[in-house]
Amino acid sequence: MSAAESATPAAGQPQDEAGAGAGALRRFVQGDLASLRVVLGLAVIWAIFQFENDRFLSAENLTNLMLQITAVGLISIGIVFVLLLGEIDLSVGAVSGLAAAVMAVLNVQHGWSPYLAILVAVLVGMAIGLLQGSVFSRFGVPSFVVTLAGLLAWQGALLQVLGSTGSININDPKITGLANTFYSDAVGWVIAVVVIAGYAGVLLAGYRSRIAHGLTGESVTPLLVRVTLVAVVTLVAVAVLNSDRGVPLALLILLAFVAGFEYVAKRTRFGRHVFAVGGSAEAARRAGIGVDKIRIAVFALSGTMAAIGGILAASRLLAVNQSSGGSELLLLAIAGPVIAGTSLFGGRGAVWTALLGALVIGSIANGMDLLALSSAVKFMVTGGVLLLAVIVDAIARKERQAVGRV
Amino acid sequence: MNANAPLLEIDGVSKRFGPVQALDRVDFGVGEGEVVALVGDNGAGKSTLVKTIAGIHSPDAGSIRFDGETVTISRPQDATALGIATVYQDLALCDNLDVVANIFLGQEAISGGPAQLTRQLDEAKMEHRAAELLSSLAVTIPSVRSEVGTLSGGQRQQVAVARSLLGEPKVVLLDEPTAALGVPQTKQVLELIGRLRERGLGVVVISHNLANVFEVADRIVVLRLGRAAGDFQAEGTTEEHVVAAITGAGGNGGDSAARASDEGEGTEPQ
Repeated sequence: MSAAESATPAAGQPQDEAGAGAGALRRFVQGDLASLRVVLGLAVIWAIFQFENDRFLSAENLTNLMLQITAVGLISIGIVFVLLLGEIDLSVGAVSGLAAAVMAVLNVQHGWSPYLAILVAVLVGMAIGLLQGSVFSRFGVPSFVVTLAGLLAWQGALLQVLGSTGSININDPKITGLANTFYSDAVGWVIAVVVIAGYAGVLLAGYRSRIAHGLTGESVTPLLVRVTLVAVVTLVAVAVLNSDRGVPLALLILLAFVAGFEYVAKRTRFGRHVFAVGGSAEAARRAGIGVDKIRIAVFALSGTMAAIGGILAASRLLAVNQSSGGSELLLLAIAGPVIAGTSLFGGRGAVWTALLGALVIGSIANGMDLLALSSAVKFMVTGGVLLLAVIVDAIARKERQAVGRV
Repeated sequence: MNANAPLLEIDGVSKRFGPVQALDRVDFGVGEGEVVALVGDNGAGKSTLVKTIAGIHSPDAGSIRFDGETVTISRPQDATALGIATVYQDLALCDNLDVVANIFLGQEAISGGPAQLTRQLDEAKMEHRAAELLSSLAVTIPSVRSEVGTLSGGQRQQVAVARSLLGEPKVVLLDEPTAALGVPQTKQVLELIGRLRERGLGVVVISHNLANVFEVADRIVVLRLGRAAGDFQAEGTTEEHVVAAITGAGGNGGDSAARASDEGEGTEPQ
């Protein structure tokens, strides 16, 4: 047997350099390169809308796009964790509306400080998530039923909290500032440098840790490629944003949450256990992982992120009303990560698919608005895109199963 | 191999599930660097015995001694704490995670320093230790970063066995490690069992495949209808002897055939 050869499996290198091209194609089909597929899809979408309306790729419209995707992207971060478990949370739209309403009522009608109002709103979202997660794991009720009940109940709670007026305008500058603050050009460039240096630093630390443990197999080239890619995207983005109003605070909030939770998902024990439960709850349980605790924590996270998304949405709208968190917000928040490659079947995905997915869906919505298409067309197109993404996910799963991967 | 110090000794263990006497005063044992195969027909009590040792069932009667001391194993954690690792037939691996993640599942290495606050994984340390462990067992997998779902059945079995060794156990229980494996994969797993013996571990293997059993085992213990029905040194024993003990046709002790017809099990016409 090739015992000697495989005795050094730590190298982490691709097994066959020659078959790399075929391997890449296979991984593309099996969904491992879903992100590349989505980036290509995004490029096509942008090209089509730019062709139809040359204002689409203008700095002003791209800045608007960033502001439009913030709330959905934040909610999607929580959804990614729920999807990694192989579960679903249908209540996030209603929870985002309710949390925003709680914030508005406390701040506007009761005169609470904006910080305290925001804190309580976030805690409300977290408590709702804890409750739903506990019901799900304690009673074994399917998560979609628990959260469907939640959707109705929290929508009712939203109407109750708003009371007879049905709408509350927000004018506290601390709250409205969340979605309406733009940084100067200089600050924008500093942010760009910090982002690039931070990313390079994280990669370098990982590389040095591997060297320290005698794992020298990884070559430096892919790391350099990744840093270069991030640097180019960051610099171009800041340049575009600076040529309009500047880098928006809302975008920074979204990026910070995406980066933070990407770290949680991929680098921490909690994240590893979430993936394990999503892959095989039984295997996780036998390995001594507290499966119920993980599930409850993930639903609490989902509720928390829904609340934060709702607060950002209210800040942008400058108001909370009876339709806050309603309409297609829920479906877009779930569709985004799925479109960008997080599996509905659990155990596969990444937090940044929340950002990429929101970008794809936001671009479609934004572009159709620019073309002044009717709501009828917009709904049908968005539904079609979601269906397409789910079909691609299912095909990728079947392909994996065909080669013995689940 | 009898000269080996006994690690695990089971003395007259009985276990009853309602009307079924699953184990009836069974004696059993495994020593350092010894591979003991546990064979028997379906329902003979093999799995019950292994689960009793692993702490999933507690025995109704009898005693268990480990390293010369009488112990009580009432929970799986008790067995693990003593140094008894069990690899069940379904392996309990997460197919979506790589080999390193599966080996360390539930006992991940955590980084030191401020990263400890977030329970950050020490991936490099885990990868290093996993590679060390696997190469010391000469396990044949493409890469420790391969997703377990992409591995063959034999490779998955080897990963599951390697994982069980992480806690430095003294006894490893393997439930049907070669079931549903092809010939080359079976060979890999049998070789791995041989290396566990070289490490001085006591290995208990449940198997239906007598050819495999004779290839790897030092001693063969036969269970029949919940009772010990034979204890053979693999060397100098023929398959016929073992089969006879399993089916109760002759074997050792003239009461076997009588017992079989008494209880009307295993000898029913098709």
